[in-house]
This record gives sequence, C-alpha cells and structure tokens, in this order.
Amino acid sequence: MMNRVLEKGVTGFSWICAMVLLGTVSCIVGYLLIKGLGTINITLIFGETDPMDALFFRKQVFDGLFPAILGTFALVALSVSFAIPIGLAAGIYMAEYCRGIVKRVFSLFFDILAGIPSIVVGLFGFSVAIFLHNYFSSRIYPCLLISALSLAFLVLPYLIRTTQVSLENLPEDIRRTAPALGATKLQNIFHVLIPRSLSGIASGVILSIGRCAEDTAVIMLTGVVATAGVPKSVFSNYEALPFYIYYISSQYSNKQKLLSGYGAAIILLVICGLLFAIAFFIKHRLTYHVLYKP
Amino acid sequence: MKLIDRSIEKFFWIAAVLSLSITVLIFGFMVILGFPLFKGGQFFELLSQPWLPDYGTYGIYPMIVGTLSISLIGLVFAFPLSLGCSAFISVLGPKRFGRVLKKIVQMMTGIPTVIYGFVGIFLLVPIIRELFEHGSGMCILSASILLAILISPTMILFFSDSFDQVPKPFLDAVDALGGNKAQKILYVILPYSLRGVITGLILALGRAMGDTMIALMIAGNAVAIPDSVLDSTRTLTAHIALIIAADFESLEFKTLFACGIILYLFTTFITLSVRSFDLMPWRRK
Repeated sequence: MMNRVLEKGVTGFSWICAMVLLGTVSCIVGYLLIKGLGTINITLIFGETDPMDALFFRKQVFDGLFPAILGTFALVALSVSFAIPIGLAAGIYMAEYCRGIVKRVFSLFFDILAGIPSIVVGLFGFSVAIFLHNYFSSRIYPCLLISALSLAFLVLPYLIRTTQVSLENLPEDIRRTAPALGATKLQNIFHVLIPRSLSGIASGVILSIGRCAEDTAVIMLTGVVATAGVPKSVFSNYEALPFYIYYISSQYSNKQKLLSGYGAAIILLVICGLLFAIAFFIKHRLTYHVLYKP
Repeated sequence: MKLIDRSIEKFFWIAAVLSLSITVLIFGFMVILGFPLFKGGQFFELLSQPWLPDYGTYGIYPMIVGTLSISLIGLVFAFPLSLGCSAFISVLGPKRFGRVLKKIVQMMTGIPTVIYGFVGIFLLVPIIRELFEHGSGMCILSASILLAILISPTMILFFSDSFDQVPKPFLDAVDALGGNKAQKILYVILPYSLRGVITGLILALGRAMGDTMIALMIAGNAVAIPDSVLDSTRTLTAHIALIIAADFESLEFKTLFACGIILYLFTTFITLSVRSFDLMPWRRK
C-alpha cells in the first residue's frame, strides 16, 4: 500500500519539479524582457553621441553602454587569445604525449584548477597586480591586462579538458592510419587528429568565450570600474557589461539608470545565449557527422 | 624539420606545465601574502572569532557560517528539484517534452550569474520582504532560493547523464515484468545510479560555495552571525569581493587571504572526493 502511494507520488512530484523549473526560468527571462525590452534602442548604447562618431572613437560616449560593450569585447578577445594557445597545446600534450602517473598528476591539478571559485582566481590576479606594483613597476595597477590574464586562468582547465577529451574520443583506426603510411606523430596530430576533433575543440572554445563574457567576480577585483570610457590601453581601467549590471543593481541613482541596467542585462543575455547556441550547434553537427556521414 | 618538430612538442609540454604551475601559484600566493596570519596559530583563531574591526578582531567565523548556511539551504531546495526534473527528463515525462526540458536546462547553464542576481533583487527580494515582513528581504532565504536555481541545471544534467548510464537490459527487464515507469525509476535506476547522484550533489555543493554574485547581491552582506534564514549574512566569497582596503599590510586585508585559502582548500577537497569516486563528468563517456 505504502509503495503504491510512493509510486503515484513520484510521477506527480517529477511533473511538479519540471513545472517549477520551467516557471522560474520563464519568470526570470520574461521579467527581464518585459521590463527591459522597451529600453533597447540606439540611445541606450550610444547616449547622446552620434553612433558613427562613437564607433570611430571620434567622441566619447558618456551615458551609453558603448564603453561597457567594447570593454567586454576587448576583455574577451584578450583573455581568449592568452588562453587558447596554452589551453589547446596543454590539451594536445595531455591526450597524445602524457602517460601513466604523470598524466594522473596533471589531470588532478587541472581538476583542482577547474574547481577553484572565480573570486579566488580574482584575488590571485589582484595580489599579482599588487606584487608587481610593489616590486616591479609602480605603474602597474589592476587593469585590463591583469583581468584578461586572470580570466584566461579561469577558462584554461575547460579548454584543456575539451581538447583532451575530443582528441581521446577519436576512434583507434583514424588514429593509426596516418602513422601506418609513414606520417610523423606531429603530422598525424595536425593533419588528421585535430581536423577530426575540430568541432569538439571549437565548442569548448566558444563556451569559454561565454564564461569570459559573463564572469563578474574575477573582473571586479582586477580592474573593472563603473566609469572609465573606452579603454585606451591594456594598462588602463575599463568598463564591462556584467559589472555594469551589478553596479546598477547596487547603486542606481534614478529610474533612467535602472532601466539601462535592464537593457544591459538583456544585451548580455543575448550575447551569452548566442555563444551558447553556436557551441551547441557545432557540437550537434559533430555528432551528426560522426553518426550519419562517416 | 626535426628541430621544429621538437620545439613544437616542447611547447605542448611547456603549456601543460605552465597550466599546472598556475594551480600551485594561486595557492602559493595566498599563503605567502597571508603568511603573517599563520604565526602563532592566529589562523585558527580567525576561524572562530567574530568580525569586530572596532575591537581589532577580524575573525571570519560569521562568513563561514554564512557560506555554509546559504549553500546548504540552497542544496536542500535544489536537490529534490533536480532529482525530480532529471527523472522527468529520463523516464517519467513524455519523451518529447523531456527533450525540450533538457534543451531548456542546457540553455540555463548559459545564463550569466549576474543576471540571476539582478532579477533576484528586483523580483524575488520584494516578494520575500512582503511575505515575511522581516527586514529588507535581502536574506539567507532569498539567496539560497536563487542559488538553488543557479546550481540546479548542472545537477539535473549530471543526474540525467547518470540515469542514462543504466544498462538497457535492466530497463527491459522491468518492462518485461510489467513494471511501470515509476517503479523503473524507484527500484532500478535510482539504486543503480546512487554513486552518480552523490557525486552530482558534491559537485553542486562546490559550485554553491564558490559562487560570489548571488550572495553578494542578494544576501545583504551583514557581518553578524545570522539567527534565522530571514537574517542577512555575508559569505566568504562576498567578503573577498567587498573589501577594498587601502592598507595592504593591515590585518583586515590579510583576512582576505584566509578566506581565499579556506575556499581553495574546500573546493580542492571536493575535487578530491569526487575523483575518489572516479566519476568526473568527462571520464565516464
């Protein structure tokens, strides 16, 4: 009798859970869209400045999101360009060269790195900046470069892992054909293995771009500020979309400012959603190719 | 040609060693910069003392309580929800609806944390404030509800992955015996994937403790030890995010590294315990 009740209850419970989850997500996204969709226009991004002037850096944008959007793009571009070469190379090393106990040690440390909270990585970036400031050059402060480096550390383990896994998942016959024909190990890696696992690697890269774009905890310790304008060099402070959203939510002065926060949140959501969809699409294409078009 | 090959292979190795050394460097930096704390057992005193800057006491006990309460209560909300949703996706729900739900859950992992926080402040906090008529609504309860929404997608995907690992003959056997879907999940799938469920739970705990933005934006950041779930609190992560000390030599500033070290050790412990199950998500495929 008890079991009967339990079995009936389980189905009902899982329906409730699914509905609760769907309800919350639609509440969150819906609320944002209803409140913020009206604010999305050209003034939100460029303020009173002429868009063409802003895009060619002829004039400063004062109350628009343009500097924050540009800051986020600069930050992502910089940190990904640090992280990709190192991450892919380390991933290749892990999959193709590393064996035995060394491999176990390496992968343990990458797992630990992947688990470190982003604020701790931010604290690390901050203390490196202080350290360099004290012992190296007093011109170094938390800045765009330090943020980009810290973000690179944050996404490094994901890149290593996705590269390693997509290489290791290649079937054995693909792996052996080229060496059997006399190719060297490196030729095999660059001409056979990497092209075959490109979609897995690419989706890992895109997901780490998404992480760089959305992360707030790292950058708030390493140089992002509320108003800095367009970043002039990698050693200057900068603005970024996620920090702008956080800043507005904690200290908005008027309704106009608050509304621009909703606008910024929608823009960030769209950017991250797009990146995610692209990664998903690429991955999906990969399985499609492997399963149906050998 | 040989030389170029060699140097490229050398570069692969250097990249891996560099990445490994970052893991060590992060810990090393915090220990060195927080070093004065370790003299004379001060570090352990910090863990049990309150935060009273006026009396020169900079204990982080309240923040430890804050971190534990928000993340554990968050897990209490998120765990049944995730279990229900993943059972829905894998077995109990209609096939097509389950697939749609899974797509949505995957999309949810891409929503920036700061957006959860932003909507939380303007949507959830006022509701909690009106509902309980206690304080500002920025409290442990609000933060843990939002945290639950944040960590659920990871847990759901992990659970439904381990549910899908149950060998098909087991499921066929249930069908052959005339068992229904509910019996299938209760008596076959859940017991079989118990290890996966525990692993997912531990991973989610790590994620919950490491999160900064939700606690920072929603929990109110009071440094007193909370009495109830409706009190405001501050987590270790929010504490690091909040402090902008002018004097880098001050004890107040050094406590940041104590927070960092605790968080680092804790997440390392979680990684180690998950690995000891040998069930890291990527290793099971």
